Amino acid sequence: MTALLEARGLCKAYGALSVTDDLSMQVAAGELHAVIGPNGAGKTTLIAQLSGQLAPDRGSIRFGGRDVTRLDMPARLRLGLARSFQITTLMPAMTALENVALAVQGRSGSSFRFWRPVAAERALNEAAMACLEEVGMAGRAGRPAGAMSHGEKRQLELAVALACEPRLLLLDEPLAGTGPQEAEVLVALLARLKGRITMLLIEHDMEAVFALADRVSVLVYGRILASGAPEAIRQDPKVRAAYLGEEAG
Amino acid sequence: MSRPAQRGMSGRAKAALALIALMALVPPLAALAGDPFLTVVASRMAVFAIAALSLDLILGFGALVSFGHAAYLGLGAYAVAVCARHGITDLFVQIAAGAAASALFALVSGAISLRTRGIYFIMITLAFGQMAYFFFVSLSAYGGDDGTTLAARSTVFGRPLLENDTVFFYVVLACLATAFGLLHRLAGSRFGRALAGTRESELRMQAIGFRPFRYRLAAYVISGMICSVAGVLLANQTEYVSPAYMAWTRSGELIVMLLLGGIGTLAGAMAGALATVALEELLAGWSEHWRLGFGLILLGVVLWSPAGLTGLIRRLLPEEGR
Ligand SMILES: Nc1ncnc2c1ncn2[C@@H]1O[C@H](COP(=O)(O)OP(=O)(O)OP(=O)(O)O)[C@@H](O)[C@H]1O
Ligand SMILES: [Mg+2]
Repeated sequence: MTALLEARGLCKAYGALSVTDDLSMQVAAGELHAVIGPNGAGKTTLIAQLSGQLAPDRGSIRFGGRDVTRLDMPARLRLGLARSFQITTLMPAMTALENVALAVQGRSGSSFRFWRPVAAERALNEAAMACLEEVGMAGRAGRPAGAMSHGEKRQLELAVALACEPRLLLLDEPLAGTGPQEAEVLVALLARLKGRITMLLIEHDMEAVFALADRVSVLVYGRILASGAPEAIRQDPKVRAAYLGEEAG
Repeated sequence: MSRPAQRGMSGRAKAALALIALMALVPPLAALAGDPFLTVVASRMAVFAIAALSLDLILGFGALVSFGHAAYLGLGAYAVAVCARHGITDLFVQIAAGAAASALFALVSGAISLRTRGIYFIMITLAFGQMAYFFFVSLSAYGGDDGTTLAARSTVFGRPLLENDTVFFYVVLACLATAFGLLHRLAGSRFGRALAGTRESELRMQAIGFRPFRYRLAAYVISGMICSVAGVLLANQTEYVSPAYMAWTRSGELIVMLLLGGIGTLAGAMAGALATVALEELLAGWSEHWRLGFGLILLGVVLWSPAGLTGLIRRLLPEEGR
């Protein structure tokens, strides 16, 4: 297996607080790699650095065999590295369809077109509709994102990420705050996407993680404490002590 | 700030077109009433409606509160004065000159100011506006502080058509209709949606592959160019050009017009400009302390209907099939 994404010696500190501490990890092409860790472990900060939102203090990031450490988010997206947000980041005043169509627009053709109505662009709308169908939201295409339930927003967040046609998707707690039924729908969706899209999944829902992941890495205090097959991680005494303790015990 | 849904958008477009159609009736009505001054006031309304529309592009659709927008009124106005001084009286050439100067000024000032946000953006646009203002104050060849009177209005195809106030009014109205049409199309285009996206969430836009700065800068330049047309027309209307056109208070007035009419709707910008000029005329005739009355009215609108006059009308009208 070759690494599609590789971080080497990443460091990020906020003042004296070292949030990413000499972190190295790989995501192999095709795998679903879960990252678990307690609150404040630095998971979101890791995603921010991998996606290009945040520059690491030190270290390098390679994606698809290229050094992308210095590329910004749009440039990394163009290479196929997309992300979703832990805190839903949608365009509240736009409808679900518009939210997704804008993401399609971002990767297909120039947006310096001033005259033709974008709402009438069949190709954009059809591609957007396909993404909404994939996440089971085709029926709510015309609803403004701001008027949606939390679970619907999480689904839409995924549809937007899919619209970017990523090779690798960085998912920051896609199940956060969803009810059991909504979570079930999303887990089924991730299971369907698995294999087609490489994923780095950050998630607190252990059941989902162990059901979906090919590999699990445990992040504690900005370091990878252990990394391996889900079963091995479940059995790892270090991990049990540091993190899984009460849940696995 | 709420963005219009598909149906609401066309409703607002209809309102804007109705407003333009109503304005077209002013000259015959003024003739009937025997008060030609009404046409002059309507010209002034239409001129400021163009300026307010242009500001709505960046403030309404881009959420960029520019406090230096009057600079483009001034650049348009001085384009007339400078061209006329050099024997170029053709309206279209003057419009092109004003738009070119404005594009350049917007490109430079925008490239700097758009790197900042919030209060810093307001202050930097204000600073650039003041720089333009003092540049023309120091231009003694054009009267400095006092400005300069134009010998005549601009010519169209070599003919002095604009000397007739009625013809002039319809030319301004045609410019207003064109500006509205352009901006309406732009708002619904790929570019318009991307610009609205930068307003809603900059981070999301980057995550889906856009660099917001580019869209903001393009909108900033387009906005300045359209406003300069209003400046060309304003100079013709008053047959006088002075730095006062680009005073920072004037920039504030343009923002007030948007607040009064409703931000981000185009129709609101037009309604706000019309209402502001109308109130100015009415209250100024009533008392020299008219600004106090105007302030109270603005306060009332902003408190009672934050979406401005358009929001007020929408609330008062029965909502068809919401
Ligand atoms: N911009 C910032 N400035 C200062 N400290 C920050 C900043 N961003 C994050 N931190 C701190 O860094 C640590 C890691 O934050 P991060 O959001 O990466 O954690 P996380 O693992 O995603 O947590 P959670 O499970 O709660 O989402 C936290 O202690 C947080 O307070
Ligand atoms: Mg987090």
